[in-house]
Amino acid sequence: MSAQEYAFVVFALVGVVAAVRVVTARNVVRAALYLVVTLASVGAVYLVLAAEFVGWVQILIYVGAIVILFLFGLMLTKAPIGREALDNQSRGLALLVGLAILAGLVFLIQNAFGWNDPKVELVQASSGVIGESIFRHYVLPFEAVSFVLLAALIGAIVLSTKDERS
Amino acid sequence: MIRLPLVLFFSAALFSIGVYGVLARRNAVLILMSIELMLNAVNINLIGFSNLWKDLAGQVFALFVIAVAAAEVGIGLAIVILVYRNRETINVNEVNLLKW
Amino acid sequence: MVGALLHQAEGAAEAVAGSPGLAKYAWVVPLLPLLSAPLIMFFGKRLPGKGWILGVGSVGAAFLLSLGILWHFVENGFGIYAASVDWFKIGPLQMTLGEYVDGLTAVMLVVVTAVSLCVHIYSIGYMHGDKRFTWFYVVLSMFTAAMLNVVIADNLFQLLVGWEVMGVCSYLLIGHWWEEHVNSSSAIKAFLTTRIGDVPFMFGIFVLIAATGFTTSNIQEIGHIVAGGAISPAVVSIAALLLFGGTIGKSAQFPLHVWLPDAMAGPTPVSALIHAATMVAAGVYLVGRMYEVFIHANPWVLQVVGIVGGITMVGAALLGLVQDDIKRVLAYSTVSQLAYMVTLMSAGPAGRDAAFFHLFTHAFFKALLFLGSGSVIHACHTNNMSEMGGLRKKMPVTFWTFLIGSLALAGLPPLAGFWSKDELLVAASKGHEVVFVIMLATAVITAFYTIRMVMQTFTGEYRGHGHPHESPLSMTGPLVALAGATLFVGFLGAGPAKAVFFDWVFFEEPELVELVPWIALLSIAAATLGVVAGYLVYRRWRDPDPVRAMGPVSTLLEHKYYLDDIYWKGIIKPIRDPLSAAVYWTNQKILDGAVNGAARAAREAGDGVQVVDKNVIDGAVNGLGQVTGFTGGLLRYLQSGNVQRYAAFLFGGVVILAVIFTRI
Repeated sequence: MSAQEYAFVVFALVGVVAAVRVVTARNVVRAALYLVVTLASVGAVYLVLAAEFVGWVQILIYVGAIVILFLFGLMLTKAPIGREALDNQSRGLALLVGLAILAGLVFLIQNAFGWNDPKVELVQASSGVIGESIFRHYVLPFEAVSFVLLAALIGAIVLSTKDERS
Repeated sequence: MIRLPLVLFFSAALFSIGVYGVLARRNAVLILMSIELMLNAVNINLIGFSNLWKDLAGQVFALFVIAVAAAEVGIGLAIVILVYRNRETINVNEVNLLKW
Repeated sequence: MVGALLHQAEGAAEAVAGSPGLAKYAWVVPLLPLLSAPLIMFFGKRLPGKGWILGVGSVGAAFLLSLGILWHFVENGFGIYAASVDWFKIGPLQMTLGEYVDGLTAVMLVVVTAVSLCVHIYSIGYMHGDKRFTWFYVVLSMFTAAMLNVVIADNLFQLLVGWEVMGVCSYLLIGHWWEEHVNSSSAIKAFLTTRIGDVPFMFGIFVLIAATGFTTSNIQEIGHIVAGGAISPAVVSIAALLLFGGTIGKSAQFPLHVWLPDAMAGPTPVSALIHAATMVAAGVYLVGRMYEVFIHANPWVLQVVGIVGGITMVGAALLGLVQDDIKRVLAYSTVSQLAYMVTLMSAGPAGRDAAFFHLFTHAFFKALLFLGSGSVIHACHTNNMSEMGGLRKKMPVTFWTFLIGSLALAGLPPLAGFWSKDELLVAASKGHEVVFVIMLATAVITAFYTIRMVMQTFTGEYRGHGHPHESPLSMTGPLVALAGATLFVGFLGAGPAKAVFFDWVFFEEPELVELVPWIALLSIAAATLGVVAGYLVYRRWRDPDPVRAMGPVSTLLEHKYYLDDIYWKGIIKPIRDPLSAAVYWTNQKILDGAVNGAARAAREAGDGVQVVDKNVIDGAVNGLGQVTGFTGGLLRYLQSGNVQRYAAFLFGGVVILAVIFTRI
């Protein structure tokens, strides 16, 4: 195993453990905080995989904004803070399905690639290169995504406006 | 030098954990969080393959996914807050008008 | 089509003496009433007068045409016109439709159409208001057409057809008021009795045709073949006897005379037409037409004919003596007069001619007498003479015409009856003494019962309960016409008046008619004896009637020599009762059993089908519905309303599909 692999495995394990805690925490705020850990470790994994720009964007957006949104949502909806059951009755079914998905995916991966191959050489991708790629080859999806963001923005405003008539 | 399957296993694990969370949690906000986990798993997958094929498209699209995820979280929370306003609860089990 | 038939007929014409004139159209005469019968049947009810206009019109036209045909013979003397149309072949035998017109035919056409016309006019009044008035005229027309067909037929089968149709029409007309059981059973009796005579008749026809080698049924041809001696006398005799069987039936001779008195149950115009002038005369006409066969048979055949005639003559006259019903007197009188003619047929060619002359005159005065009795019956509403009397003052026209007819029947000169009776006696005197004596005796009895009838009906005091009055013109008109005819026609055959009749009707050669003085005196004496005796006895009403008070003789006569009883007990009942019982049993057990059994089977099949329908088919359909409902009831639990559950299934399905699609 190379150094990158070590780093990767470490960060991956952290991420997985944190993810598990996200979905099993009794306290919603704790779940949100565990989410922070998971997202950060994912960002670290990006960096290990030589995707600098994406990694930093991940940290910036996810950890910096989205988690804040989640916390705001929790506060506004009076999320129960404290130890309360947050899982519903379908836990068994959900576990089953989750395990099934895991099994299926593992099977597919193993079928396609085996356990050890292929070995990937990492490619340095600076933001300049990424930017060049976006604005040269993927302008259309870029514009589409900006529309999506615009729609989301407007939609969020519309949805949360209080109905003045009622 | 990283073995790709490891990356993919990590992605699979995150994804299935996210699925479990979506199916098992009662609070709508927690469900949204689980959805974020799934999206992140997908991103890892993309990055891994981008390195395999030496194609930047993977990373570009990972960026797009992040952007869309952000938009989605915004809208999702708006809806959750609306539901909370109407029903005083965001327990998805109680939003069951389609029950027989 | 008629024109084509005419052409064909002319093409097939045989020997014609001189120009045929109107005789060419003799076939139109029966055609007119034949066409009017269905017309009256279909349209009669809607016409004003309910159809008698059509009936009277067609028969009147036929009468005029017949007069025209007769006039042709009056002008040109004797002639023959014959024509025929081929119809179809049976083996070597060619069936034809044809006409044979000679003087006899012309005379018969006039007689039939004249009497039929009088009856048609008479029935306007007599049958007025009858509920089957239109049907009456239909059958009258049909009957007239059939009789005319018999008269002009040139072959035996055509004659047979007309013969049988007359029988049917007679049945229909006698049973016109069939609601009364006595009327319908009289009709059946008439029909069956004549049928019994028709069977030997048909076999006679077959024998004759077979004897000619199945080549022809034409009367003249058969006559030539028989005269030529090609057939053995034995066969000819058998054929003659069989043919005579038909005459016994149709002309009511002993022993088949029993139907004629009972046939008086029909309306009086029917009696006048059928049982006085036409149908019963057909039997005599048959013998006369087939006379070649009778002449060339063994002599004992003619003797049989004479014996039958003689028995009937006297027996019927005696029976007429004791009747109270005026129509029955006339019926027995008809039987007796027909017997005269039949007896004469047995006396050779002269007898044949005399018989036809008597047929000719008898038709008129007998029809007159029947119609007159109908007038009396219509006025008094009863047939019985014991309830009549004194009608001379109340119904003068009827009385005088009736008297004329009666005197003609009795045989007093110068009326028709005298001349024809004289002919009979003259013919009989030439070698048939027994016949002569019997005829003379019968003449006395005839005169006696005739005067009895007149006295009881018209003189003395009225013994009934109604208010008789003279009949309407439609009834008295024909009476007057027939009385005039009676007065006139006698002279046609009278010796002193040149006897033109025998220029038209003769056998092999015209007769020379002589008036033999002592015979004429003898017949006058006999008739006068009867008339005077009758007058003296019945001058005052005698109760009881002396004729009926003659002890056992009266009883025998009243029971009609017990013949009817013999027939009934000895023949009819033993056949009818077991036969009808057997038929009834067959009908109930076998036929009805089959029908009911079929119905029962069908019903049970229906029940079975119903079971299948209810349980299997309906069960399947209902079961389908129930299963659907049941599974729906189960499936609805999937709709939990829980989105996460939906999502769980969704993810599970996706995994499975992913694995499938990528690995397989």
